[in-house]
Amino acid sequence: MTRLKVNGEEAELAAATIAELLAERGIDPKTRFLAVAVNGAVVRRAEWPTACLAADDTVEIVRPFQGG
Amino acid sequence: MTDPLVIADTTFSSRLIAGTARFPNQQVMLDALAASGAQLVTASIRRISLEGYSGSLIDLLGDKYRILPNTAGCVTARDAILTAQLAREALDTNWVKLELIGDRELLYPDVEQLVHAADELVRKGFIVLPYCNEDPVSCQKLADVGCAAVMPLGSLIGSGMGIANPAAIELICSRSPVPVVLDAGIGTASDAAQAMELGCDAVMIDTAIAKSHDPVRMAAAMRAAVEGGRLARLAGRIPKQRFAEPSSPQLGLVGS
Repeated sequence: MTRLKVNGEEAELAAATIAELLAERGIDPKTRFLAVAVNGAVVRRAEWPTACLAADDTVEIVRPFQGG
Repeated sequence: MTDPLVIADTTFSSRLIAGTARFPNQQVMLDALAASGAQLVTASIRRISLEGYSGSLIDLLGDKYRILPNTAGCVTARDAILTAQLAREALDTNWVKLELIGDRELLYPDVEQLVHAADELVRKGFIVLPYCNEDPVSCQKLADVGCAAVMPLGSLIGSGMGIANPAAIELICSRSPVPVVLDAGIGTASDAAQAMELGCDAVMIDTAIAKSHDPVRMAAAMRAAVEGGRLARLAGRIPKQRFAEPSSPQLGLVGS
């Protein structure tokens, strides 16, 4: 288990990669308009299966919403 | 296309940029956007719910409209830059409506952070449209760092107070080397027409449409107002004068 901060919340997760993290959270990685950053840097979609997560990483998972 | 709006070599026939927030429901938003004639519509970038994905309204818009992501709510250049980068990844666009808020109640821009973030985003290859103060110096600084347009506020975001300082907006329009998009404060159609008459290249409207009693009809009104204001600007208004000038002939009056 790895301790991560995901979208502002502390979480203990088994995921070792971004793809696994999304799967563990019930998010289809093929979802359109999704974007992920780890420790303040965007990780491209193509790298999600291989990008490794380490303890205390801060992960942001975002998508577009209505806005003005 | 006659009289197109051109921002960063991209051509738009509509001079109305529409927001997508605060509509009573999804169908009204879609109908209002269609009635507005807008081609460019704004979106925010937010954390997804960790309880699993649910559909976003943007899923419905992505194929029909060009999406302009914003950095609404960001108070530091760092957060705004990351939000812009996430938006670029999510939406496959390097356009960003850069917002950097200096006061959470007034939603006034933080000029210092804004210019810094704009500079950095331009260097990273973004097309930056900053929401900014209605101040010719700030607007010039933003143009100088390479912003593709400037978006001075008419009045406070969501306030519907119209254009509080028309002289400043007119001054910005007369001096700006990049397109000027009036952003924030528009309350009704006459405000949008006034913005165009003052020389703005486009207007950005969200709340005035979305929170009106009939958003679809108001969207149509805004479209007509923007088109009317633009035509009036191009036609050139008559000068104001202090005295009456009869429009009917002075000779041949009956009874004289």
